[in-house]
Amino acid sequence: MHKDNQPLIFEMTKQGRVGYSLPELDVPEVDLTELLGQDLVREEFAELPEVSELDIMRHYTALSKRNHGVDSGFYPLGSCTMKYNPKINESVARYSGFANIHPLQEESTVQGAMELMYDLQEHLKEITGMDEVTLQPAAGAHGEWTGLMMIRAFHEANGDFKRTKVIVPDSAHGTNPASATVAGFETVTVKSNEHGLVDLEDLKRVVGDDTAALMLTNPNTLGLFEEDILEMASIIHKVGGKLYYDGANLNAVMSKARPGDMGFDVVHLNLHKTFTGPHGGGGPGSGPVGVQADLIPYLPKPILIKTDEGFTFDYNRPESIGRVKPFYGNFGINVRAYTYIRTMGPDGLKKVTEYAVLNANYMMRRLAPHFDLPYDRHCKHEFVLSGRRQKKLGVRTLDMAKRLLDFGYHPPTIYFPLNVEEGMMIEPTETESKETLDDFIDAMIQIAREVEENPEIVQNAPHTTVINRLDETKAARKPVLRYQKPTDSE
Amino acid sequence: MKHRYLPMTSQDEKDMLETIGVQSIDELFSDIPEKVRFKGEYNIKPAKSESALTKELAQLAGKNADSVRYASFLGAGVYDHYKPIVVDHVISRSEFYTAYTPYQPEISQGELQAIFEFQTMIAELTGMDIANSSMYDGGTALAEAGMLAAGQTRRKKILVSGAVHPESRDVVRTYALGQSIEVVEVPLKDGRTDIDALKEMVDENTATVMVQYPNFFGQVENLKELEPIVHGAGALFTVSSNPLALGALTPPGKFGADITVGDAQPFGIPEAFGGPHCGYFAVTQKLMRKVPGRLVGETTDDEGRRGFVLTLQAREQHIRRDKATSNICSNQALNALAASVAMTALGKEGAKEIAVQNITKTHYMKQQLKKSGFEIAFDGAHFNEIAVKIGSSVKELNAALFEKGMIGGYDLGLSYDELQGHMLIAVTEQRSKEEIDAFVQEIDAFVRETEASHA
Repeated sequence: MHKDNQPLIFEMTKQGRVGYSLPELDVPEVDLTELLGQDLVREEFAELPEVSELDIMRHYTALSKRNHGVDSGFYPLGSCTMKYNPKINESVARYSGFANIHPLQEESTVQGAMELMYDLQEHLKEITGMDEVTLQPAAGAHGEWTGLMMIRAFHEANGDFKRTKVIVPDSAHGTNPASATVAGFETVTVKSNEHGLVDLEDLKRVVGDDTAALMLTNPNTLGLFEEDILEMASIIHKVGGKLYYDGANLNAVMSKARPGDMGFDVVHLNLHKTFTGPHGGGGPGSGPVGVQADLIPYLPKPILIKTDEGFTFDYNRPESIGRVKPFYGNFGINVRAYTYIRTMGPDGLKKVTEYAVLNANYMMRRLAPHFDLPYDRHCKHEFVLSGRRQKKLGVRTLDMAKRLLDFGYHPPTIYFPLNVEEGMMIEPTETESKETLDDFIDAMIQIAREVEENPEIVQNAPHTTVINRLDETKAARKPVLRYQKPTDSE
Repeated sequence: MKHRYLPMTSQDEKDMLETIGVQSIDELFSDIPEKVRFKGEYNIKPAKSESALTKELAQLAGKNADSVRYASFLGAGVYDHYKPIVVDHVISRSEFYTAYTPYQPEISQGELQAIFEFQTMIAELTGMDIANSSMYDGGTALAEAGMLAAGQTRRKKILVSGAVHPESRDVVRTYALGQSIEVVEVPLKDGRTDIDALKEMVDENTATVMVQYPNFFGQVENLKELEPIVHGAGALFTVSSNPLALGALTPPGKFGADITVGDAQPFGIPEAFGGPHCGYFAVTQKLMRKVPGRLVGETTDDEGRRGFVLTLQAREQHIRRDKATSNICSNQALNALAASVAMTALGKEGAKEIAVQNITKTHYMKQQLKKSGFEIAFDGAHFNEIAVKIGSSVKELNAALFEKGMIGGYDLGLSYDELQGHMLIAVTEQRSKEEIDAFVQEIDAFVRETEASHA
């Protein structure tokens, strides 16, 4: 791969070039200064690029070649469910009747869109085992906060204002405590036991009449199923708290165990993970929230309802927490998720989970002899290895992750969850073939061997990427967050 | 049954089970307690083939009236603008859309550089020092601005202008509820923030004053007069702004805004029934370390090559957990890319030309409505929206317009009691003189007919 910098689009600018086509103005021109007043008329142009249409395509094509996606190669990034993004989703989301409709159009003119949303909600209710679903939250963390706000509203409606604490396991994703803070709660951590599961004794110790909720993923971030889930639910419910399900790992249990049946009161889903969103380089996502009946009054408004005359948005929700987002959620992502669910059907979704779990266990067993496996039991859709053994030889997990880049792979999630030393969290997903898994396993085994025989090659990796490891300290110490046009003197 | 997304063959399955040392896939789920195990299959619609499903969904899409077949005069925060065709070609490159957050910079330089360019373009348009990599949308970006201001000033009150988008105000209130922050609405005068009322309302508890520029009615707020009032009380000045308008309007940064937020939907992003759009968040240098969400910064590798990385991550949830500046994780990266491509295509001159066209065509609409005897609710400087008094039911008028192939404006009575019978009309560069004339003719005919039937 060539290692030349791709210039910034601003550095390609040449005065006089354009990349757009606007119609000629067909109404009389106006004098802006007269119309707006001197103060409001922008004096200087915004320094946007001046390039031709071909320049644009060449630039972004060059950038795309400097980027790795699922279509480029294996992407076993744990907890992110980097499965194949079906192309039918992309086509359907671009149908003009879905892409080019306005959220405030008369309802009679968007019944098709509302029908799709309604049917998606119905499907998600069945998949999660919950009584009602809102599609409004824009992403997972947004869904977490929405769910916690509803739990807060529930407690307060019962005159229960002392429930200020949200419990999260030490293995929880960072958004859990962050969302708890934004919803006005204090976070309490519950420890994991020697099996990588929530320590029930510690849980009993931290719960009380100040407990608002316990947030869990199941399987947890180690990829292990919390076997004591019913007992945990009972502990939380006994003290009057609510049980929150972080749906980041739903890919592991579809058709095998539903959050609603496990005793969860609120669940958010990441439609860009389990339901093939896609991930978009960091978003947009979609984070619908499902609830049990007693929390329905607090759902964000409006609620989509079906009447004899068709679908309508119900704004008359006096106990609702309010809006969490303008309009009705990331509809375009919801269209993709709906298309995926309808493509898979009930038998397909069941196979998704079975193969996701088969793939993860296969990789785990084949890699176990070469790395430390902190929790030796069947995993679900992902598993966590430790690089402790390699660290003793002077090679860190970060180094091994960088070495994987030389083999054309996106590395696993590293240094997470926090309760595993030098952790590597591997999630293959069900859409990868055995050949792909075997090739990746071979690369991992080769790296483990290199650590013993030739550690420098790992410590200095990557060797084949467009750029070497970057100086992150420099980036943070003197942040350069935008391009500045050089002044004439430079 | 075989499925095109699932490559595992029965032989693969057999070999893998053997390696694992189990007899069946079911054994791998033996840790799920019997009591919670789901038996059988979901009661959901059966799978459909690719062609059967596309046919069904195309029919469903066909039930909706889109802004390609209908001439849309509906805005109110979401607009039918020119979408350069290159935008969709760029964001359809799967190296972009099938990637996730660029945590591994060596194989994510494309995404990182694209975000760095987005941050630059937003900073340029808004006249702010820096911008982040995106937020969910304009509404949540505004709410996050309120949270930032409350944290920064250690004050617990937000003043939000009544001319800020009603749904954005709702979102601000929900976020504020979580943080026990008081939200007070500043009244309006002639369709703009009442400056005298604001002077009375700001005090030592005010964390920020939020206005929209141009505001919900399309009116351009007087930021120059507002700024000293806000800063005089030690509050932060938050401006929510349509970035497309800033091609022609003096940017909020020039008027001393501390935080400028908004939605980049007008730049190349489809209306999509309200989302996904693309929030942006821009601040002064002083607030750099308080920004929510991801930031991309420039740096070098050991051979001195320029590269880009996620930076100042100590603000973020994956590092700081409950002490993070926000809980945001996934953002709107792909839509930020779309907006970047649209801003690039328009470029320096096009960004101005498109904004001026919006102002000019809206002015033409206003003149034509006045000529037909309509009363324009607010007569100050406008961008691409105006509020016009219809007198009768906006809903019925919209039904009549729809019959003529037009999507009418927003019924202001839905959000403002005092504006019953008023329609908010948006005129973008997409509307031709012919369409504007036809629109005026139709609403004129409708109003005459309604009056006649009531006479």
